[in-house]
Amino acid sequence: MPERLDGRLTHMNLDDIRDVLALVREHDLVELEIERDGLKIRVRKAGHPVAIMPSAVPVPPIAGPVAATPLAAAGPSGAEPIAGDGVDLAVIKSPIVGTFYRSPDPDARPFVEVGDAIRKGQVLCIIEAMKLMNEIESDCDGELAAVYVDNGRPVQFGERLFSVKIK
Amino acid sequence: MFNKILIANRGEIALRVIYACRELGIKTVAVYSQADEHSLHVRFADEDVCIGPARSLDSYLNVPAIISAAEITGADAIHPGYGFLSESAYLAEVCEACHIRFIGPYPNVIRLMGDKARARRAMKKAGVPILPGSDGPMQNEAQAIEVAKELGYPVIIKAVAGGGGRGMRVARNAEELPKLLKTATREAEAAFGVGDVYLEKYVESPRHIEVQVLGDHHGNVVHLGERECSIQRRHQKLIEEAPSVGLSQKQRRRLGSAVVDAARAVQYTNAGTFEFLMDPLGRFYFLEANTRLQVEHPVTEFVTGIDIVKEQILIAAGKRLSVKQGDIEFRGHAIECRVNAEDPETFVPSPGIIHAFSVPGGPGVRVDSYAHSECTVSPYYDSLVAKIITYGRDRAEAIARMRRTLEMTVVDGIKTTIPLHLKILADPDFVAGRLSTAFMDRFLKEREKPAGSLAESA
Repeated sequence: MPERLDGRLTHMNLDDIRDVLALVREHDLVELEIERDGLKIRVRKAGHPVAIMPSAVPVPPIAGPVAATPLAAAGPSGAEPIAGDGVDLAVIKSPIVGTFYRSPDPDARPFVEVGDAIRKGQVLCIIEAMKLMNEIESDCDGELAAVYVDNGRPVQFGERLFSVKIK
Repeated sequence: MFNKILIANRGEIALRVIYACRELGIKTVAVYSQADEHSLHVRFADEDVCIGPARSLDSYLNVPAIISAAEITGADAIHPGYGFLSESAYLAEVCEACHIRFIGPYPNVIRLMGDKARARRAMKKAGVPILPGSDGPMQNEAQAIEVAKELGYPVIIKAVAGGGGRGMRVARNAEELPKLLKTATREAEAAFGVGDVYLEKYVESPRHIEVQVLGDHHGNVVHLGERECSIQRRHQKLIEEAPSVGLSQKQRRRLGSAVVDAARAVQYTNAGTFEFLMDPLGRFYFLEANTRLQVEHPVTEFVTGIDIVKEQILIAAGKRLSVKQGDIEFRGHAIECRVNAEDPETFVPSPGIIHAFSVPGGPGVRVDSYAHSECTVSPYYDSLVAKIITYGRDRAEAIARMRRTLEMTVVDGIKTTIPLHLKILADPDFVAGRLSTAFMDRFLKEREKPAGSLAESA
């Protein structure tokens, strides 16, 4: 059933849903979440055959103070491929709550910049939580495509930090 | 006064704390797991922080994540609600170390009352009647047999670190004691990590009576009367009420005063509840104390007119109690039904999406709930969907109000225990106030009888 959101027609039909399931099986994913035109679908494998969990009707934006909310949130520190146009983009998300720092200390250069080659295990940033500095490592090889958080900003669990173009 | 309070909880109780904060002009921070992203408490808090995946251990029980969330939002206090970390001396200590006020008692008091055996000793010392029992954990089977002989059967074996009915076994004679000791110990080990058990005299068909207290940091302690919570299934409360029809005014005063003395003796601050068993002869025996806000606090709020959560916040902020014992009056009667997302016959959990949610209003009705149309009741947390509380000038009116309220409540999409509550409310023993912790056993057994031998209820 077509659904209007912000004036655009959106819908997800059975073929789309089959594609999503195929993606999960093909890449042996534990969890995949796709957001498209305001509709979100999350598929989570829990030791059972993959099942669709349709999201609830999207909550309309609320007037007033807007707090940071996470986007598609998969497993912690899990890079998840999102298919599209033949480019595989892995999103690296925060596994903890804390403050995000791009460099090892205030005077040093950032760990990584957009365009840098990234290796699995390479430290990308520090997230400070309860006075402890946690190094966040990449779990894939590729090229840094984007940085989503400004230096010194708070981050929550599951928040998008970086995306890496996978070779 | 606090500038910003972080609520380390979810669901209806997180909303409850938000109500109090908004009324006091205090900003709120909601923390949530990924499963609760669209939950009402997230929507209505001033700020929100996702602290982990759905699993409680990684989110609502995750102390570093919660403290970190308080740090990045600049919260100056944490309200732990009930359940989760509300009785965690560890969280209270970490808060202290991080200069965040924990809205609850001091860590050492939490620890003391959280150790059932230590709590009994402390209460005994303070002059509170306790169930005759072992002074400490059982060292071995031989000692247990000796102690049980002294106490006289039946005895109940309980986990020292336990609660919620687990690690408990009733032994009716010396023959079955050794086997039940082993079982209880194993269960306690598995559930709480500590296999230590102690023994208590077992009271048949007691009433469960608990007393609400408030203590400030200036030495003032008051009690807000008792609640009767005898309608329980497997030690999970289903219906609670205030006051208890089993207590006379004199008993109420004496019990309340004994509890206040005991609270003072352990230097109790903030809100707490002291639980007792009352035997058929009207004698009280201390069971345990809960060093936190309780689920059923609304019934006390109705009959006293006091906002317990606001008091918790004011106490934690260093204010003196706004009432003296002499100012506190108990008027009318209140009943609470815990509406759970469960099959009313089999009690099998019924998570899912609520498609229509509607609760009637009218005089004397209060609903504490996170439910709304198209909200998700997830399988990761407890099954409480809504607390429906009614108030009347007397118990009969409170019951009549509860019946019409439950009958006119709509929760489509999941199963709820509302049909069960309605049946209980129609039960002759319930209506007559003949309550005890044996009520539900009898009630459920009767329900299994073939139709025709059961009195038809509405």
